[in-house]
Amino acid sequence: MYVKDGVKYFVVDGHTHFWDASPANWVPGQEEYAKGWIECFHAYQSLGPAQTHWPIEKFQKYSEEQMMTDLFDEGHVDVAIFQPTDLRQWYTTGFNTTETNGELAERHPGKFVVNTNWDPRDGDDGLKALEERARRWGCKGVKLYTAEWKGDSRGWSLKSPEAARYLEKCQELGIKNVHVHKGPTIWPLDKDAFDVSDVDHAATNFPELNFVVEHVGLPRIEDFCFMATQEPNVYAGLSVVVGGLMHARPRFFAKVMGELLFWLGEDRLVFGADYAIWEPRWQVEGFVDWQMPDGEEFSDYGKLSVTAKKKILGLNAAKLYDLKVPPECDVDAPEVEPVGVPAS
Amino acid sequence: MTSVTRTPDQAAAVLAAVWSALGTVLDPELDEPLTHLGFVSHCLVTEDGEVRVRLRLPTYFCAPNFAYLMVADSYDAVSAVPGVRSVSVKLEDHFAASVINDGVARRSGFVGSFPGEAVNELDDLRADFLRRAVLAGTDRVCRAMITAGVDRFTLTDLTLGDAPEGADRERLRSRRRELGLPSGDSDPLVLDPATGEAVTDIRTHLGLARLTRVSQEANSGVCRGMLLGRYGVKEER
Repeated sequence: MYVKDGVKYFVVDGHTHFWDASPANWVPGQEEYAKGWIECFHAYQSLGPAQTHWPIEKFQKYSEEQMMTDLFDEGHVDVAIFQPTDLRQWYTTGFNTTETNGELAERHPGKFVVNTNWDPRDGDDGLKALEERARRWGCKGVKLYTAEWKGDSRGWSLKSPEAARYLEKCQELGIKNVHVHKGPTIWPLDKDAFDVSDVDHAATNFPELNFVVEHVGLPRIEDFCFMATQEPNVYAGLSVVVGGLMHARPRFFAKVMGELLFWLGEDRLVFGADYAIWEPRWQVEGFVDWQMPDGEEFSDYGKLSVTAKKKILGLNAAKLYDLKVPPECDVDAPEVEPVGVPAS
Repeated sequence: MTSVTRTPDQAAAVLAAVWSALGTVLDPELDEPLTHLGFVSHCLVTEDGEVRVRLRLPTYFCAPNFAYLMVADSYDAVSAVPGVRSVSVKLEDHFAASVINDGVARRSGFVGSFPGEAVNELDDLRADFLRRAVLAGTDRVCRAMITAGVDRFTLTDLTLGDAPEGADRERLRSRRRELGLPSGDSDPLVLDPATGEAVTDIRTHLGLARLTRVSQEANSGVCRGMLLGRYGVKEER
């Protein structure tokens, strides 16, 4: 819980990882990609405040203690949602897997939500394995990485019939939150990972599932916003938006937030710190202190209320994942006067 | 491509011309010149007219289709400069660098450079980005007019010639011309960039134009920040 000016915020970090990208875990022959991937992530960290930058060795592999400290002791996070990314083509035991995340979560009851993932290219075996993981870890969400490499394939689409089978399986297993990575990295060649049209397709066909577009489709939020206005079950995952823009590019952060609020509204925005790319502490504190700037340039956008901040930082995600919110953190809670300040 | 430069002065003049040619090459997504973005890390002209250009991008995984466009466009722009005898353009520190560099040098096209992996040449992609550039440019021009007191609901009655003169208007005109859209002074100020037809719902159109510009500028901000983090240098001017 984060308390500022007497207001209590229930913080759900909607996007976190426990990864191993150390050289010992690089697949022989794939070192270039394994190294390039983690260095690319590391470059993103440079968009946060200088005092939060890590050396590459620490960034490649960090300890469980480090993570617990950064998220819960110092980062104000109440519950964090694991979003796995396997990348087994490049990392021998996987980059950030359901199993690794799940084992860590079991050692810290109540702190984590364990999501899993699937890949429609895995066919029937993949469906079976998904069911096993979902039951083993009690998964209510999945993280999908449509740009993941597998053999000669450089990715897949949510529009495919194979993907539809997996989405049906999700419904059957009670997995209702589908996080889709649509963000700034790659889908090589002329296939385009930034294209959110496959989410549009799936969201229409599966109205009972929620689709959280991670990184809001950056670098093309215009496609995302237009799609999201038409699909009520589409949400904006704010990782990268807060971590990548709030500190490094505050003017654009304001405009991007303005657009997201303009097109989607405050009930469909979900905070995520994207640890260990960025630590949650400066993001949570910065976001609570943040306000839409004044001036002509921002005149199309509304100001952000405390209620909206509470929803975005935790309550929206809590609703998606049925997390119990302390009554004093809810939006209906009466606002408490700061300690030592008498009520007028 | 036939004349040979003979003196350091002439080489310097060619270098200046090469640099300004590179200034016409855009990152298709950001709609900004490579030279402004800091993507040209190295540009050398020898006394006998050989040009060597090196490009760098904000991440190892920048999409190879955009990277290919930038390398190929740089090659074409520099090749057209008088006094240039031969051109080599090398993309560095990118996972597909060697394939792209070889493909451009051999004039293989995008499909020829990635046999079995790429299906289409990049014309559609380029046109898509140009349409986005038209939308973002519409916000730049129209926002300034609205701020100056023009009623937004009258914008559909105005022509490109009614917009204030300046770089924003000319940039918009140029992107429209590249798409084959009407771009003369007497043509409509706002039009649908996909169809070229008149805009009926100006509110939504302006909202989309604003959103597209915000997206483009936010991406540009991320790319500049990443480049700074990766190479520790600010963009060159």
